[in-house]
Amino acid sequence: MALKTWKELPIGCVVSEPGSASEYHTGSWRSQRPIWDNAKCIKCGICYVYCPEGCVQQTEDGFFQADLDYCKGCGICAHECWPRAIKMLEEE
Amino acid sequence: MGKRIGMEVAIAVAEAVGLCDIDMAAVYPITPQSHIAEHLSDLVANGEIDAEFVTVESEHSAMSAVIGASGAGARAFTATSSQGLMLMHELLPIASAMRLPICMAIANRAVSGPLNILNDHTDIMPQRDSGWISLFVENGQEAIDMSIIAFKIAEHKDVMLPVNVNIDGFQLTHMVEPFEMPSKEEVDRFLPPFVPHATLHPAKPVTMGAFAMSDYFTEIMKAKDEALKNSKKVIANVLDEWGKMFGRNYKLVETYKSEDAEVIMLTMGSMGETAQMAIDDLRAKGVKAGLVKLRLWRPFPFEEIKAAIKNAKKLIVTDRAISFGGPGGPVFSEIKSAMYAATQRPLIYNYIYGLGGRDVTVGDFIGMFEKVLADTEHKAVDTYEFWGVRE
Repeated sequence: MALKTWKELPIGCVVSEPGSASEYHTGSWRSQRPIWDNAKCIKCGICYVYCPEGCVQQTEDGFFQADLDYCKGCGICAHECWPRAIKMLEEE
Repeated sequence: MGKRIGMEVAIAVAEAVGLCDIDMAAVYPITPQSHIAEHLSDLVANGEIDAEFVTVESEHSAMSAVIGASGAGARAFTATSSQGLMLMHELLPIASAMRLPICMAIANRAVSGPLNILNDHTDIMPQRDSGWISLFVENGQEAIDMSIIAFKIAEHKDVMLPVNVNIDGFQLTHMVEPFEMPSKEEVDRFLPPFVPHATLHPAKPVTMGAFAMSDYFTEIMKAKDEALKNSKKVIANVLDEWGKMFGRNYKLVETYKSEDAEVIMLTMGSMGETAQMAIDDLRAKGVKAGLVKLRLWRPFPFEEIKAAIKNAKKLIVTDRAISFGGPGGPVFSEIKSAMYAATQRPLIYNYIYGLGGRDVTVGDFIGMFEKVLADTEHKAVDTYEFWGVRE
């Protein structure tokens, strides 16, 4: 998405398209990503509940994963996961 | 036709705002602004104007409420003074960034501490960089006229910026003066209905005041600066329109006997009329004295100021605020910066005066001229002095 020049900005920077925030991939801020060890995961859903971004999703087999387009790598899921199934891995 | 009446200026400002078809006002009372809040509240309560008067619990809430109302497409008004303006401070740049044409009357009063309820400009000066259009008035008639003109400037499609009208507290707000109050029909002819650039409406959802990161912040600041600068020609045009319709002509920078003046004084606000009397006295004694009155503080009228003072040998800039530990008064600082690159410019002096309501007489202005004229070795050039301070 090409960045607009100052002349192209709408007056008052009004965002006229509802829901367009989803186009902004905050996952680009991330320095660490959560990795699930499904051998330890008991499918309690604590990671899903605590994720402040709402980007942890349950897959069809009942395990969990993060939508990396929006996961900022805050590590709250890994911190809260009491069976210690989530590790934070440095991004390359 | 408007009619000639005598009235307290603060009440008259509320009356004038009442002629502007406002949809909403949120005003928290504070001395010396309270009469505006009270009278506007009366006008709404008595059904004389069809508007919402939101009784808020603070000035922070007042500014928040007018931002919300303006975002919803309402013509919104507020008024404040001193500490109230300081409490509004964090919201002022938000109103201008969202390009909401809110109008605000400021009954200028000294900022604490120590607590002081009287007039100077220490409340508006810290708001200088908020991105608002800032006008100063000299008398009751101007206070009324600018209160109406402000809406037309703010809501112009090429402006869409909030405007504050600075009315010296007590020295103007509490004076009973004779003036001409425009009629409702005249104001209706002058002021078209408000057409917002966007509105908050469930049928067409928009986001106002969204988050912006470093990838956009610079562009947004540049756009805001350009909006302020571009507003200057609209302001001049609207003032001309007013002049044609009502016969009272206002300029961004007013001059009085300054054409051939060797020493010019520069004032802002109500002090202009007293200074004008000093000019007449000095002229009678053969001193080539002149006066320049700055009506528009933001956007700063650089070209107009330069043109007004370029032929003077000496310029006395008066300030009713001080930038502590800085270059002197804020107006002085601005004028010096305006003249820095000019090949022809006067020697510039600065007096800080009339703080916390201290009286300034015709004699004080004459004293400033005499002191500057006596400075033949230019020792006091580019310095500032607290006029009349007890040593």
